[in-house]
Amino acid sequence: MTETLDIASIRKDFPILSREVNGHPLVYFDNGASSQKPQQVIDTISHYYQYENSNIHRGIHTLSQEATTAYEEARKTIQKFINAKHDHEIIFTKGTTDAINLVASSFGKKFLNEGDEIIISTMEHHSNIVPWQIICEEKGAILKVVPINDKGEFLVDEYEKLLSDKTKLVAVTHVSNTLGTINPVKEIIAKAHQKEALVLIDGAQAVPHTKVDVQELDADFYAFSGHKMFGPTGVGILYGKEGLLNSLPPYQGGGDMIKTVTFEKTTYNDLPHKFEAGTPNIVGGIALATAVDYINEIGIDKIETYEHELLNYATEQIKQIEGVRIIGEAQKKASVLSFVVDGTHPTDIGTIIDKLGIAIRTGHHCTEPLMNRFNIPGTARASFAFYNTFEEVDTFINALKRAVGMLL
Amino acid sequence: MTIKEIQEEIVDEFALFDEWMDKYEHIIELGKELPLIDEKFKTEENLIKGCQSRVWLHAELIDGKIIFTADSDAIITKGIIALMIRVFSNHSPKEIAESDLFFIDQIGLREHLSPTRSNGLVSMVKQIKMYSIAFQAKA
Repeated sequence: MTETLDIASIRKDFPILSREVNGHPLVYFDNGASSQKPQQVIDTISHYYQYENSNIHRGIHTLSQEATTAYEEARKTIQKFINAKHDHEIIFTKGTTDAINLVASSFGKKFLNEGDEIIISTMEHHSNIVPWQIICEEKGAILKVVPINDKGEFLVDEYEKLLSDKTKLVAVTHVSNTLGTINPVKEIIAKAHQKEALVLIDGAQAVPHTKVDVQELDADFYAFSGHKMFGPTGVGILYGKEGLLNSLPPYQGGGDMIKTVTFEKTTYNDLPHKFEAGTPNIVGGIALATAVDYINEIGIDKIETYEHELLNYATEQIKQIEGVRIIGEAQKKASVLSFVVDGTHPTDIGTIIDKLGIAIRTGHHCTEPLMNRFNIPGTARASFAFYNTFEEVDTFINALKRAVGMLL
Repeated sequence: MTIKEIQEEIVDEFALFDEWMDKYEHIIELGKELPLIDEKFKTEENLIKGCQSRVWLHAELIDGKIIFTADSDAIITKGIIALMIRVFSNHSPKEIAESDLFFIDQIGLREHLSPTRSNGLVSMVKQIKMYSIAFQAKA
């Protein structure tokens, strides 16, 4: 194995990783749910409240101008990170869910008509299913679902069969939160564009683990969350192509999103402010940029390589345990290891290994239709970040063996 | 024995275990041992759906006493259910309605009754109380 990163020194940046849980050193393998924060991000947050706090965009005073500058600089940092063409294509949201709801609502209201179709896939998170169901029901549109194979791979040929002139939008995850599958989003986007359908990519599980270039992908919309990429909770991003965002009606009304308001007629502000009604999570946006700087400093390519080695190692080790079945064996996977153990329930495994200091996720992972596809109630899921180690994988495997021994 | 006395008995039993591991092993054994519910009662109606695990609870009033049977697809949850049934089943609706559930806390399993755990146990306790009130009203 190639040690591409200085993990020991990286771990020192994450204070939480040195704590104990139930008398054992914490092994944090629930990064798919939320990642931990480096000291740099924590410092940005406290520094902001100690020295810079004020409201943005509307103030004449120095503090407000400093805060506005920091917030708008953060937008530029994120723009460069995903290689968007313009900084005003970066919309701050509460998170991925909020971003998807924005598109479903604004796009749906204006462009969706009765009989139109929206395509999603079997492996979508509830947050990339329910917003589309809501708008489809409202507009009399139809939701179509692309099936997957037993390995958990998106079936491109089935997708092509579903695409038609009626398809208005395709909403697919870049990386499955439950299976780890990396979807061929560039190909998915290109095929949709041939039918003049737009594409939204749910990038919540992709951005922390792999290089994302929205222009190279040619994504129309790309959504992701701050807290899964070492930034704060309550902040996320919607990227949208300039022309598209301009064509959509606002999502919410309020301060900051207007140009002028009279009781007769209100005109809306320009991008990105048109979609950012009310005082945003200012410190969240600024600290998210710190998280991006942190990722950039380590290098997303190095992160991807290292996590891939970690995943391969964990996969090989877990396969040695009798009765383990991995859910999600796609050719291309990000650092998610979902599994079930014959004769045991995932929640029992999660409960026991928690007592040994190991944090994993159990349950349906907000992907109930996917669980139904595999005919299982849920899985146990270990999801890795670059600060995890091979030794931690060993600790996890030993704990898992112990749990299985107790349960069977 | 009263509901209170049974709970005290369980607390004493669990005092023998120093380690969480032994405690859990005991609970797992309880979960494995007991056939807790007749398959015919594992209906949608009796299902309490948690995010993590599922719980089935059935109640019948026999000779003025409520007989509870229950099950879960998760073994630790099932073990705790076995304890709850030992505590609550075969008591009058009035006794159950007026009882105070304290043993879970005292044997150090409070986390399993946390609403965030979403294993169906919290709803099960509520449901047990509901049955006791409903059967009291009937009597």
